[in-house]
Amino acid sequence: MIKGNFIDNLPKVYGIYTGGFLGFIIIMSIAEQMGMTAKTIGICFVAFTVAIYAIIGYLSRTAQADAYYVAGRQVPTVFNGMATAADWMSGASFVAMAGGIYFKGYGYMALLVGWTGGYVLVASLLAPYLRKFGCYTVPDFIGTRYGGNLTRFLAVVVLTVASFTYVTAQINATGTIASVALDIPFQYAVYVGLVSILLCSMLGGMRGVTWTQVAQYIVLIIAYLLPVFWISNKMGAGFFPHFMLADEVSRIAELEAQFGFVKNSAENLKEVPKGLAGITKAHSAVNATPWAFISLALAMMMGTASLPHVMMRYFTTPSVKAARKSVGWSLFFIFLLYSSAPMLATLSKLSLIDPSLPTGIIGKSIAEVQAIDWYQNWNQANLMFVSDFNGNGTLELNEFFMGGKAVVLATPEIAGLPYVISGLVAAGGMAAAMSTADGLILAIANAISHDVYYKIIDPKAETAKRLVVARVLLVVIGFAGATIAAMEIQGILGSVIWAFDFAMSGLFFPLVLGVWWKRANREGAIAGMALGLISGAGYLIWVRNGGSGFLGITQLTFGIFGSAVSLVAMVVVSLITSAPSAATQKMVDEVRVPSGKSILGKQH
Amino acid sequence: MSKQAQHWEKTRGLLIMTLAIWFVFSIGIFLFGAEMNEVTGPFGYPLTYWFTCQGSLGIFVILIFWFANRQEKIDEEFGFSERGDD
Repeated sequence: MIKGNFIDNLPKVYGIYTGGFLGFIIIMSIAEQMGMTAKTIGICFVAFTVAIYAIIGYLSRTAQADAYYVAGRQVPTVFNGMATAADWMSGASFVAMAGGIYFKGYGYMALLVGWTGGYVLVASLLAPYLRKFGCYTVPDFIGTRYGGNLTRFLAVVVLTVASFTYVTAQINATGTIASVALDIPFQYAVYVGLVSILLCSMLGGMRGVTWTQVAQYIVLIIAYLLPVFWISNKMGAGFFPHFMLADEVSRIAELEAQFGFVKNSAENLKEVPKGLAGITKAHSAVNATPWAFISLALAMMMGTASLPHVMMRYFTTPSVKAARKSVGWSLFFIFLLYSSAPMLATLSKLSLIDPSLPTGIIGKSIAEVQAIDWYQNWNQANLMFVSDFNGNGTLELNEFFMGGKAVVLATPEIAGLPYVISGLVAAGGMAAAMSTADGLILAIANAISHDVYYKIIDPKAETAKRLVVARVLLVVIGFAGATIAAMEIQGILGSVIWAFDFAMSGLFFPLVLGVWWKRANREGAIAGMALGLISGAGYLIWVRNGGSGFLGITQLTFGIFGSAVSLVAMVVVSLITSAPSAATQKMVDEVRVPSGKSILGKQH
Repeated sequence: MSKQAQHWEKTRGLLIMTLAIWFVFSIGIFLFGAEMNEVTGPFGYPLTYWFTCQGSLGIFVILIFWFANRQEKIDEEFGFSERGDD
């Protein structure tokens, strides 16, 4: 059926795969009709998809350095776009984003703008130039451009701090989904998640991760879009929700005005289980100050452009030109999910709060709500809660509480979709969390194996030995992440947003100025990375320990402070020390021209 | 001025234009979020709301492809485009 080389057959291979997956969904829904239990369906979905990723991971095994580090630099633009989108959209994007919009409205949507706008910076400031450079890792660029082991080492430090903050949250998410779908305790499920993650990346490195991420994107986007369209049609809200929910949005505003946002007393709120929230903010009205919105969006945009696991995906394209286009495709595939999240939030909220809909619970008697099947299920899962604070027997808007995850996980059930959709959503969440965890663990392990071990400790190491070191590190870092995730220190490590702030504090300006400012030198880069990271982290610690902060910079946007310090330090120190050597300046000139040989050789 | 310097000057010009458009739709319009939301935007959504969930996001996608095409033209003009791949 398939002749010739793998790359030429990609559309066919993934076409068959997508068809196969859709077929699997149909088989599962038939099985559900025939009486298969919800639990078995959940297990089938997760086990089937993970098994496929593992097979792809095995088929992609390699013993070559450039295949292991940059997938042989032959990933076509569109497929690299899909892989990047999966790499990018984490378990948090998949499970928590719609919930965030549901609860916080406009203020939270700064993240949508930030997490997409950042790609404009990636495409125009960095990706094509780093691709021309020919590096294997982000510290590889910093180390070669600025020279010296210290710059390389500092870049590895920033990368590790940012990516590790991020990865524990992802392993946690795979553990949560595996524990629910396979019905095993979380402490073990975390390691099941980890083994699944390592199956994708260990044998094939970047090559394995690339082809599994494409497969994971296909699963996660089907799992996200299918329920949104289905619910919208079932509710009669519109056949294409993205263009047709204006009435629903204005109906929510109308209901909000009718119910009002009643503030609960602290005493009443003590009853509410931890992690659940009520609707306290307007859905579509502007409910944040311009600076609160803009500072969060800006921090996420600059953070996006500094996160190494995203940047290294563009090292895998065949050319500089392809790297640029590939950024556009990445954002397109991300856009498909991100533009659907607010629609899901709208549908979910309206179906719950509109008394004129059969699913609406506000205005019903408390006893009636407590008798609903899905309420009981999700109440048991600690994701829903009602309480009659004012004692009038009727459920008011301020007496209804939900967990952020419930918007994605529970809405299909509330809308009366078959269980097969819930199984599909579990597989999608697993795909989203695994693909991001893979990218992150690989970014850390590659930076340590290539930049610290090979470039600093043992430059004479044979390829075989380098790849053994790389794989051992992959396992070690994975286990370290899983061990921390298993301790469940929520709230500290759950904060994906911090990873963006750490990355931008230490890496944004050293990367950008490395291409765009020839005068930037080694001393400047060292000052920029070290002072940026230290001041950013210092600000975070200060604010978390009760510090008041300044300029409205919060613990979510501390990267703005860190990167400002980094910029000033880098410029001042560069200018008071001597200009980079003629050879370095010539190297920068060559980076700026797309044609010709890359700076670093194919094997290095 | 050398060919390379001219190429870089044009590239920088394109960068400034791209970042200016990016700035308007990621930061600029949100300075006036409250005022803009009074206006009805595409598909009947409040305008600011529409920008946060579709408008700005879609504009970024188009902007990147536009940027990539313009940069390719610049590279071709100076004979710096890569051969035989995509």
